[in-house]
Parts: sequence; structure tokens; C-alpha cells
Amino acid sequence: MNVLMRIKRYNPEVNTKPYWAEYRVEVEPIDRLLDALNVIKWTQDGTLTYRRSCAHGVCGSDAMRINGRNRLACKVLMRDVGNKVTIEPMLGFPVIKDLVVDMEQFFEKYKLVKPYLITYDNEPTTERLQSQRQRARFDEGTKCILCGACTGSCPSIWGNPDWVGPASIVNAHRFIFDSRDQGAAERLAILSQRDGVWRCRTIFNCADACPRNIPVTDLIEQVKRAIVYNDTEEV
Amino acid sequence: MYYKFDVVIVGSGGAGLMAAMQLPQASVAVLTKLYPTRSHTGAAQGGVAAALGNREEDHWKWHMYDTVKGGDYLVDQPAAEILAREAIDAVYELEHRGLPFNRTEDGRIDQRRFGGHTRNFGEAPVRRSCYAADRTGHMILQTMYQNAIKNQVRFFNEYLVLDLLINDGQACGVVALEIRTGEIHTFHAKAVLFATGGYGRAWRVTSNAFACMGDGMSIAYRRGIPLEDMEMYQFHPTGIYKVGVLLSEAARGEGAKLLNGKGQYFMERYMPTLKDLAPRDIVSRCIVQEIKEGRGVDGEDYVLLDVRHLGAQKIAEKLPDITDFARNYLGVEPITEPVPIQPTAHYAMGGIPTDIDARVVIDKHWTPFPGFYAAGEVACVSVHGANRLGTNSLVDLIVFGRRAGKHMAKFITETNYAPLPSEPDGFARELVEHLSRSTGRESAARIRSALQNEMDDKVFVERSESSLRHALDTIEGLQDAYKKVELQDKGKLFNTEMVEALELGFLLDCAEATIHGALARTESRGAHYRLDYPRRDDVNWLKHTLAYKGTKAHDVRLDYKDVILINDPLFQPKERKY
Ligand SMILES: Cc1cc2nc3c(=O)[nH]c(=O)nc-3n(C[C@H](O)[C@H](O)[C@H](O)COP(=O)(O)OP(=O)(O)OC[C@H]3O[C@@H](n4cnc5c(N)ncnc54)[C@H](O)[C@@H]3O)c2cc1C
Ligand code: SF4
Ligand code: FES
Repeated sequence: MNVLMRIKRYNPEVNTKPYWAEYRVEVEPIDRLLDALNVIKWTQDGTLTYRRSCAHGVCGSDAMRINGRNRLACKVLMRDVGNKVTIEPMLGFPVIKDLVVDMEQFFEKYKLVKPYLITYDNEPTTERLQSQRQRARFDEGTKCILCGACTGSCPSIWGNPDWVGPASIVNAHRFIFDSRDQGAAERLAILSQRDGVWRCRTIFNCADACPRNIPVTDLIEQVKRAIVYNDTEEV
Repeated sequence: MYYKFDVVIVGSGGAGLMAAMQLPQASVAVLTKLYPTRSHTGAAQGGVAAALGNREEDHWKWHMYDTVKGGDYLVDQPAAEILAREAIDAVYELEHRGLPFNRTEDGRIDQRRFGGHTRNFGEAPVRRSCYAADRTGHMILQTMYQNAIKNQVRFFNEYLVLDLLINDGQACGVVALEIRTGEIHTFHAKAVLFATGGYGRAWRVTSNAFACMGDGMSIAYRRGIPLEDMEMYQFHPTGIYKVGVLLSEAARGEGAKLLNGKGQYFMERYMPTLKDLAPRDIVSRCIVQEIKEGRGVDGEDYVLLDVRHLGAQKIAEKLPDITDFARNYLGVEPITEPVPIQPTAHYAMGGIPTDIDARVVIDKHWTPFPGFYAAGEVACVSVHGANRLGTNSLVDLIVFGRRAGKHMAKFITETNYAPLPSEPDGFARELVEHLSRSTGRESAARIRSALQNEMDDKVFVERSESSLRHALDTIEGLQDAYKKVELQDKGKLFNTEMVEALELGFLLDCAEATIHGALARTESRGAHYRLDYPRRDDVNWLKHTLAYKGTKAHDVRLDYKDVILINDPLFQPKERKY
């Protein structure tokens, strides 16, 4: 199929402001959007710049705004975008060049919620025990690949760049509800601050954007409840 | 810029991060061309092997035996012993660091079957693979990165390492291109660890990420360090047809079966005991055989993976990602239809030769190269020999990544910084500047795609003298063309066209070493199957290949190193039957 790709481009080394470039590519319906970007880069315009690595939706490199929604370019098939597609860098992140955005702040906010197991007891010689039910309690959040699609789709972030954002809360959730972890109170204290969970307006853009089908908004709600009721056992 | 650290680790996959964890007292820099969580370790699905015995009786010695036999006896047996023994502790370490393993009913780490892993020295499949759904590698990578944050490890993200610095036979640092700015930086160190992963992108159909371009192997090779057993490259039996994306062996571990175009489950015909769970080299060859004999699907070059009989619930619970891939990339619903698959380029058994402490060794006498370490897929210890078993790579990362870290911790207290060579960044700078100023009109993309097609056609599951000679000719031509690559992007800022061109140079080196090793090895062993020499030949070939880059273009010198066997009749080479 023949597809018109409209891409928002910006290279601060040469452009004073962003502009739209158009390319025509010949692709198979089951090609990925990432394949189409590669066709452009490899046969038409080597300056087109984007990140990618795994090419099958597990590394989180290529989140971008595709027809107005944040998606991974390697998980969108050409047959699903039709004959014309618009591609932009994610909103809410500073643009470095073309589709490449600055992820530094995103990772700083992730670090803020202490995204690691906190324990104060001595380690057993073999594994710590955890029931299947306890393990299932925090399963959703473990799928996160830190792609930023949720955070970049959130109007609260666009208005408030200091907000920790959905991805950080998902990863806080992953530890808060892990039966082995003893750091829930520290994290909840961080998340109950001004730029914590309360900036979430339950708009659900994040859950729609998540390529790992994580119910992001639900998880944020669970963290809110944990703060209000001071209860991280069962929700 | 000039930086100075006790230890520089190149690569932030499982191997690099596991090593970083062992160095709390040292100043450590981790350089990675991707954000750490984008590393290819995150793609590993199936699991990590360790004889915990949580589901049924198991022993590290059985694991060691399977590893040696699976590797078609080209395994250094003391290294395999370390792998199997230390796997147990290393998996507990992962759990203690927070890894969310699936659990048994009594709350222990759950384990499942995987190809080539057996009880009691080959009797029947055993449950040895510890797993977190079908995203075990993702969980290892996340967990290790989380711990690195906790330990405040210093990362240099999106830095592409281009050269290894050496002074008087000792490693003393690396030179890297900062992708975002185009600046070149020199890192001075007492010890350098390469944990840069594999080179699966040398083939067109591959399970490997775009980043798997053989960087570390090539950088070492250019500096006179040999590459070991590069002809031993694994083709995983079940890649998604045409796309190459992997459908993990976990599927067959849970009971999935291979189906040919005639509707027959064919593996039982070839390997009556382990059937679909025979090692990968064997299963891939059986698939190629079925296709050659006209039993592909509709006369095409693929067969099918059938999970239908597992039922929707088990599929959703145990294999969610895998079924997602089939739906997404083929539009096939695995619950009701079998999935088209073909062998896909997957894993380098070979790489930079090391000893059991991950120290790089540079010749057949095991002479160490002080200050230089390698671990993970880039390295060849050699625990995988001629064919790696599923779930043994993640073990390799954590066991030998850990040993590398521990050995470096000791090494840096006993050593001083070797002075930097004069003009340390000269070589790297020239690589970059040559590409920026070149007006040769050649396209890197064209060369890369020609290379990949040739490797798929001629250096695949089956090879022969004539296919390999053909490939060598082609690759030499591409190497010459490579010198004329011209870029359209002349800027410094985030120049990914530059990055891709530099990586292509690495990839060509790896292909060269692979073909030379394969051409010389006139036997069939593990993943290396020669149509013109179909038998294993222990008299002449129970030895490791060492490929050295010559001083002239296209010049490669081969040498050989003995395989280390232990003194135990059980472990003596014998015919491999499953
Ligand atoms: C789809 C798939 C599934 C798999 N499943 C399993 C499984 O279930 N079990 C198992 O045991 N094994 C599995 N494997 C194999 C295993 O995942 C890999 O062999 C292993 O993860 C490699 O890890 P690593 O740490 O060596 O390198 P990688 O994880 O590949 O990391 C390489 C690192 O090096 C960096 N790097 C590379 N070059 C440079 C450079 N020039 N400069 C700076 N940084 C650089 C990269 O940024 C990256 O951080 C699978 C592999 C694939 C492809
Ligand atoms: S929650 Fe989903 S969308 Fe957000 S960073 Fe994680 S994987 Fe990406
Ligand atoms: S390239 Fe890895 S998620 Fe798309």
C-alpha cells in the first residue's frame, strides 16, 4: 500500500522552528509504522531522527504521537493507520530533534518514588516466600517499560511539568503492593505531596496510551485510596 | 571531556548491571548507547535456569550435564560447572533484589520446562526454568536497573563506545561518542568491562533488536583480541514468519508442538524422547529438513507452532506476550489457529574469549589481558559451546556478570591507572570524521541489507564450502564499499545516521570472523552444520576457534584452543541423542 506520512520535524542545528515534512512510502499492510519510518530513513532522507531498538514493543524506545495518540511505532501496523498518517514527538517532553524527546526529567521523576525493593529484615538463605495471590496483587505495574506514552498523553503534565506523572505512580504501585516491600509509607508520603497523586484528574488518556495494557488510571486510584485509608494490604 | 573512574562498564543489559552491583566501594561509570531499560535483555521471555528443585528433584550436576551435552561438547566443562552451581545463588540474589518471579502454591519461585533441560542425565524433561510470566528478561533488566538507582550508579546514557584504550598490554579506558551532542569523550579506567550483547542483526530474519550490532566484539577484534567460536551462531526454531520476532521456547515448555504443512507433529519422528523440547540446533535443523522435503506450509519456507490444545486460560496466564506478538504481527489468533514460524537468528555462542572470572584471554595459552573483562552475550567463557540451551543465557549474564564485578573489585585495589596512550581519542575521532567528510555516495542501508540477505542465504542453519566462499566474497566486497559510505546528515546533534553507519562497521567485522571460522571448521557440531561434512569430528575439531584480525584488509588469522574437559566419564564426548 502507498502511504503519505506527515512528520513533524525540527533540528535546532538548522531550523528556527518545527515544520511538517511529507513522505510517500510503499509498504505492506502488516508492516509496522516503524518499518515505514525506516524506509524513509534508509531510502529517502537519512536525516530523519527517531529512537528504536527492539522493534516489537518491549523496550519502550519509540513512543510517539501517531494520529494524535501516543503509541509505540513498532506496535502500530500500517493497515491500521490508513493511507495518510500524522506523526509528531510526544507532547509534554522537550524535543531534542525530530521525534526524539528529552527523557531525562521523566527518569528523574521515576527515581523520585524510590522504584526499588525496600526491606529492613535480613535476607533468608533461599527465596522470600510470596503467595500466588500476593504476587498477582502488583502484577500489572511490573509490565511497565518506561516508554513515557502515558505521561506524555496527560493534560495535567502539559499544564504542570513538575507533576510526577502516571508512569512514576505505576512504578510506585508496583512496590507499594508487593508483600515483600517495607517502603510503602515512604513512597506514600512522597506521593501525597502537592505534585503527587492528587494532580491526577482521572482523564484516562494514560490508560488508553499504555502499550502494555496497564490500567494506569486504576493503579493511580488505588494509590490514592492507600493514602486516604493508609492501607496497602488489599484494596 | 576527560573522565576518570576505577571501573568503566560498557553496556547496561543484565550482564553489565549485575557487574555494577558488585562494586559498591568503587567509582563506576556505566556507558550505554541506549537508555538502560531499553537493553536487549528486556526482550528475553522464557526464564532463567537454576536447579532449585522447587517443583521436582533437581541437581546442579544435571544442569551442568545438560549444558555440556547441549553445547555438543564444545563447552569448557569447569565453566559449565560454575554456571550450574552458582546459578542457584544468583537466582536467589535476583529474588532478594526484588525480582517478581511467578510462585508455586507454597510461595516458592515457580519453575517450568525448557528445551534440553533434563533430570538424571537425560532421562526426561525437568522443571528448571525460573520465570516471571513470559517477560523474565524484562524483569531482570528492570530489577537490576532499580537496584542501580538505589546504589546511585553513575550512568552515561546514549553514549556509543567506539574504542578500547590500551597501554603496554593493559586496558586503560574507552572512547565514546555522546549521541546527543556529537562530542567525543575519553574515559580513563583501571578496569573495563564489555557487556555489549550480541550481533543478531547480521541476519535479516532475527529476534534481535536493532542495537545488536556486535559493537564490543568488533572493538576488541580491531585491537588485536581474538574472537572465539564465532561460527557457532544459534538460530532459534520459532521466530514469527518473515518478521523474526521470537515466540519463546516457553510455549513448547508449556506443551506447544510443531506442526508441518501436512498436519503432522513432526518432532517425535526425529527425537523420540524430548520431541519438541530437543535443543534448538536440532529443532531448527528438523524444520529446515521438513521444508526441504516439501512439508512446509503450502510449499513455503515455514511451518507452524500449535498452542491450541493448551486452552485459552493457560495461554493467557503463562504466555500472554507471545500470543500478543502473534496477534499483532501476523493477525493470527493462537487460541484457534497455529502460528507460522521459521528459524530466526538469535544468539552468539561465540565472542570475546574469557576465563571463569570474565577476564579476557588473548590466546590458546589463556594469557589474560590485564584490566579487560567481558561478560554476557559478547563474551565466550565458553559455557554454551556449539549450542546454547534456552534459559542459559540469562544465567550466564548473572553468574559471569557477578564474577566480573567481584574480580574487578579486587583488581582495582591492586592496580594503578595505566597512563593513557598519546592522543587517546585519535582512532575514534577518525572513524567519526571519516564518515562526516566522506563523499563516496555509498549507502550504509544498502550495505547492511545486502549483508543481511547474504547471511540469511549462505550462513544459515546449513552451510557448505561453496555457500561460505560465496558469502566471504560478498562480505569482502561490502567491506570495500563501506569505506565509501556517505551520510546525508552532516550535523552533530543526535545523528542516528552516523550511529547506524558506525554500527554497520562493527557488524561487518563480526560477519567476517563468523564466515572464516565456519569455512575452516570442516565438521558439523551444534549450530554449525556443514552439508559437506555432516559428522562431528572429535579427533580434529574438539577445539575452539580463535579468529584474529590481520593487519591488511580481509586478512584473518585462525588459531585454535583446546576444550577443557573434566575427569569424569559421564562428561566425555559422546553422540548426542534425545
Ligand atoms: C527475543 C529474545 C528472547 C530471549 N529469551 C531468553 C530467555 O528466555 N532466557 C535466556 O536465558 N536468554 C534469552 N535470550 C538471550 C538473552 O536475552 C541475551 O543473550 C542477553 O539478554 C544478552 O544480555 P547482555 O547483558 O549480554 O546484553 P544486552 O542486554 O544486549 O545489552 C547490551 C548493552 O550494551 C550496550 N551497548 C552495546 N554496544 C554499545 C556501544 N558501542 N557503546 C555503548 N553501549 C553499548 C547496549 O546499550 C546495552 O545496554 C533471548 C534473546 C532474545 C533476542
Ligand atoms: S505505564 Fe504504560 S505507558 Fe506508562 S511508561 Fe509504563 S508502559 Fe509506558
Ligand atoms: S522499538 Fe522497542 S518498543 Fe518499539
